[in-house]
Amino acid sequence: MAGQSGKVVAVDGGHGLRAKLEAMGIRPGVKITKVSGQIMRGPVIAKIGSTQVAIGFGMASRVIVDI
Amino acid sequence: MGNPNVGKSVIFSRLTGVRVIASNYPGTTVEFCQGCIGSGAHKIDVVDVPGTYSLEPTSPAEKVAVAMLEKAIQAQDSIVVNVVDATNLERNLNLSLQLSKKDIPVIIALNLWDEAKHIGITIDVKGLEKILEMPVIPTVAITGEGVKELVTRLGEAKRGSYVFDDAERWHEVGRIVDRVQVIKHKHHTLAERIGDLTIHPWTGIPTAVVVLFALFFVIRLIGEGLITFLTQPFFEGIWAPVMMQVSRFLGTDTFIHKIVIGQLFDGAIDFGQSFGILTTGLFVPFGAVLPYIVAFYLVLSILEDSGYLPRLAILLDNTLHAIGLHGMAIVPMFLACGCNVPGVLATRILETKRERFIAATLMSISIPCMAQTAMIIGLLGKYGARGIFPVFLTLFLVWLVIGNILRLLVKGESPEIFTEIPAYRLPHFATLIKKVWMRIQWFLKEAVPFVLLGVLIVNLLYAIGVFEFLGRIIGPLTGRVLGLPFEAVGALLIGFLRKDLAVGMLAPLNLPVKQLVIACVVLTMSFPCIATFAVLLRELGIVDMLKAAAIMLCSAVAVGALLNLIM
Repeated sequence: MAGQSGKVVAVDGGHGLRAKLEAMGIRPGVKITKVSGQIMRGPVIAKIGSTQVAIGFGMASRVIVDI
Repeated sequence: MGNPNVGKSVIFSRLTGVRVIASNYPGTTVEFCQGCIGSGAHKIDVVDVPGTYSLEPTSPAEKVAVAMLEKAIQAQDSIVVNVVDATNLERNLNLSLQLSKKDIPVIIALNLWDEAKHIGITIDVKGLEKILEMPVIPTVAITGEGVKELVTRLGEAKRGSYVFDDAERWHEVGRIVDRVQVIKHKHHTLAERIGDLTIHPWTGIPTAVVVLFALFFVIRLIGEGLITFLTQPFFEGIWAPVMMQVSRFLGTDTFIHKIVIGQLFDGAIDFGQSFGILTTGLFVPFGAVLPYIVAFYLVLSILEDSGYLPRLAILLDNTLHAIGLHGMAIVPMFLACGCNVPGVLATRILETKRERFIAATLMSISIPCMAQTAMIIGLLGKYGARGIFPVFLTLFLVWLVIGNILRLLVKGESPEIFTEIPAYRLPHFATLIKKVWMRIQWFLKEAVPFVLLGVLIVNLLYAIGVFEFLGRIIGPLTGRVLGLPFEAVGALLIGFLRKDLAVGMLAPLNLPVKQLVIACVVLTMSFPCIATFAVLLRELGIVDMLKAAAIMLCSAVAVGALLNLIM
């Protein structure tokens, strides 16, 4: 839900995806806040630290977050 | 070097005086750019490279950056100026620590220092210097603050000696940040509130529609305004009398008159139709196209610097998925509306070959450059919506349909959107004007010689009867399939040289609206102009380039024939 935050538990994906997300600061243990979603499974907008990132729906669903 | 959208290009411009395009979205710079500071024995070469989040590149633009770094390490005579976004210290230091493991001296420019202060972030610069054992200089690149200090301390750049385990890099970053950074909690700023509204779907989509319509309206308003009140009066009032003198001097029946002045209509020059080098040849780029170029780049630059483009990318992500791309592909598409050449170059921000092929082909097919758009509006404007609307609606539908077909046919992967959303920033006026001016200069340098050359070639080909000959050969085909008279064949061929000039060649033919619409659409879709052709060849390689060209020709004929049937 928009506005909720939680801790990233794991990234369910291969090395490529993990490296890509990690380079932007999305890695296990980090606090992440969902800012907004889009209709029809559009990208999810999340906030890590002071960075806002748009993440494709499929990619976002691989980021497992503990609320 | 540094993360995307931290202001590397602005620092580079400040250091070297070399002007490069900088904008407020990740991925403005896709190529490296060279300049220098000082002179003589103290001359230092400075290279601006595309941004990257890590030293494991994912897009061609990032690969350029990493390759440049490797080259610099091998040369053993270079240092890295690591530009760090002070508002995003943690993520940026990740790259800094990776750099510190490399065998090259590093100096850190802590950029966006003013913005960090503004949002309540304080960083202990001395502390950071001590931990990293590298010089750290706070800078505000846009105003030039700190850049002088950066230059005087370049010599202090040091090889990283901070010892850490690479697997624990983020952990280390966290430790450093905890020690040097204090964040005071601040309430939502106005920019953040606007930011949120423009990405929430229910408020963002209507905003996007309003913004896009406003853009077209403003471009048209400025473009038409400049033509009506500036370029038209100049050409009609000042230039025409001068040219009439020249005309009398040359004698109306001479060959040189035909080339320089062109044809007279009722004893007067018609800048749209005379087709001499000094009449139509100058009027097309300066009188008709330049006003729209100014208008478009002014609007585009404001859009770029404000930070709205990435938000538009998110809202349009689904639409672009329909053509096998993701939202960020809107950036090259937008640039292509100005000129296809920077549009094709900007496809480097896309990660896979498939995406780049689709984006480059699609923009060459269905996005007319601003020069061509200006001429189309000039030609069809007098018929109002009935003339202009069918052209752009057709092109938009072509974009969707061919994009969809390409998505199904082109093999390969299209990853999902994954991009940083920059903070909204108020465009810095002087920087903005400089950028618009750079782009206008670029247009003048690239376009004017080609248009003049084009007019010369057109006249020569007419004089020796080449167009007549080709018209007779290809004419029956274009006549039957596209419903165009054989005189239009010349315009379609010249389209390879300059599309704006080609549209101009339709003016003297006195075609009815239907034929004008078909000709404009076919001209846009068929072969790209020579400049676009060259850049496509370089970016896609010869095989893909030929594939793209074949798609263009086939679809141009198919769509032209279809329009001829249904209109």
